[in-house]
Amino acid sequence: MDQTYYNPKDLKKFGNITEWNEELGNKFFDYYNSVFAEGALTAREKSLIALAVAHTIQCPYCIDAYTSDGLSRGIDKKEMIEALHVAGAIRGGASLVHGVQMMNKVEKLSM
Amino acid sequence: MALKPLASRNHDLANPKSQLTFLANGIFAKGGLPTFAERLSDGGQYPLKPAPVEILQVNVGYMCNQVCAHCHVDAGPQRKEIMTRDTMQHVLNVLGSNEVHTLDFTGGAPEMNPDFRWFVEECNKIGVEDFIVRSNLTIILANEKYHDLPEFFRDHAIHVVSSLPFYRRERTDKQRGDGVFDKSIKALQMLNEVGYGVEGTGLKLDLVYNPAGAFLPASQAGLEAEFKNNLLHDFGIRFNSLFTIANLPISRFLEYLVNTDNYEDYMDLLVSAFNPAAVNNVMCRNTISVGYDGYLYDCDFNQMLQLKVNARKQHISEFDSTELAARNIAVSQHCYGCTAGAGSSCQGSLT
Repeated sequence: MDQTYYNPKDLKKFGNITEWNEELGNKFFDYYNSVFAEGALTAREKSLIALAVAHTIQCPYCIDAYTSDGLSRGIDKKEMIEALHVAGAIRGGASLVHGVQMMNKVEKLSM
Repeated sequence: MALKPLASRNHDLANPKSQLTFLANGIFAKGGLPTFAERLSDGGQYPLKPAPVEILQVNVGYMCNQVCAHCHVDAGPQRKEIMTRDTMQHVLNVLGSNEVHTLDFTGGAPEMNPDFRWFVEECNKIGVEDFIVRSNLTIILANEKYHDLPEFFRDHAIHVVSSLPFYRRERTDKQRGDGVFDKSIKALQMLNEVGYGVEGTGLKLDLVYNPAGAFLPASQAGLEAEFKNNLLHDFGIRFNSLFTIANLPISRFLEYLVNTDNYEDYMDLLVSAFNPAAVNNVMCRNTISVGYDGYLYDCDFNQMLQLKVNARKQHISEFDSTELAARNIAVSQHCYGCTAGAGSSCQGSLT
């Protein structure tokens, strides 16, 4: 095993996963390309969603890819950080909303 | 501290030979990334041959009121290279006797050449289909003597093409200098006022977007829509088309790539994004670039690298379209910038 689990150069090799299963690999990349094409949402909007999701799942490859993609599309720093706060708010909210369970339990057990 | 041209700092990369040596080694040394010539050979596209000359791009001097971080010309107020009226006369002779349909003035700030207005008037008398002046916008506000440029452009049916790296202040000023964005916006409004970019006037105003950093531009159509919406909404500005241009790794942009440790990744990006379809449409195939001193080049980038046309007659005074049509275009690794992704040229993307 290498010294680290992640190597930035590996991102460029993403397409190589097709080598071990051509059919599924091609299906995945066809799907992937269709997902990010202009549609009811613009490719620019999809790029921002991808950036937020990349941070939510904490994928270094995806963060690298969609930060560069955003810069190319003219997405500026303010838009990027707002997208990340959406991710942060949902993540934080997901913890806090479970506080209702805690409160319910406390209420139930307490005299 | 304000940025100065490499040439004023005695920087090694101010020397075209040093740049070419740099681009030929490192990751392009044997066993590394393929050189541009090797990549063209793989697709049977080497040597690169020209189509008939349609565009004459004339660099009337390297003097500029701005010092932009990415400038491939290394232009600035300190640069003194300027085209003389004698050389301009040779350009006029070529225009009158060749099938050139587009004339493209660039610099530096072309308006700073003392003979600029005379040259425009003489070119107009000969008549070309499309007469472009690449204006940096801020020149219009730089001095009282330039304030009437919008009217002068209009009166001579000039097609104005202007750089505006972004529709927001921060990214524009970072690349072009503090205060450039506000002045550019004011200048665009002045151009709109005399009819530029306004439907029905026939006065064309195009903008040029180039990335403010080590990345490639996204789709021209998508960015054009963004620019149009934002400039109209925020400043009431209208324009015709947006041209996306990739930054080529020469001169100040090369210095930036090296200093920020982005050089290898950027070159790798350009090589990975090589698009054989863009090769057929690269601007060097139908353009001749004329230097301030009258020497001929395949493009403005080769001019800055002092790679003169591969022909016996290399000067505008001995312009020979037959000999030029038979030449091999001079290439190096910077050419990957024009063939990456959708391709790049002074007229925007290529595919």
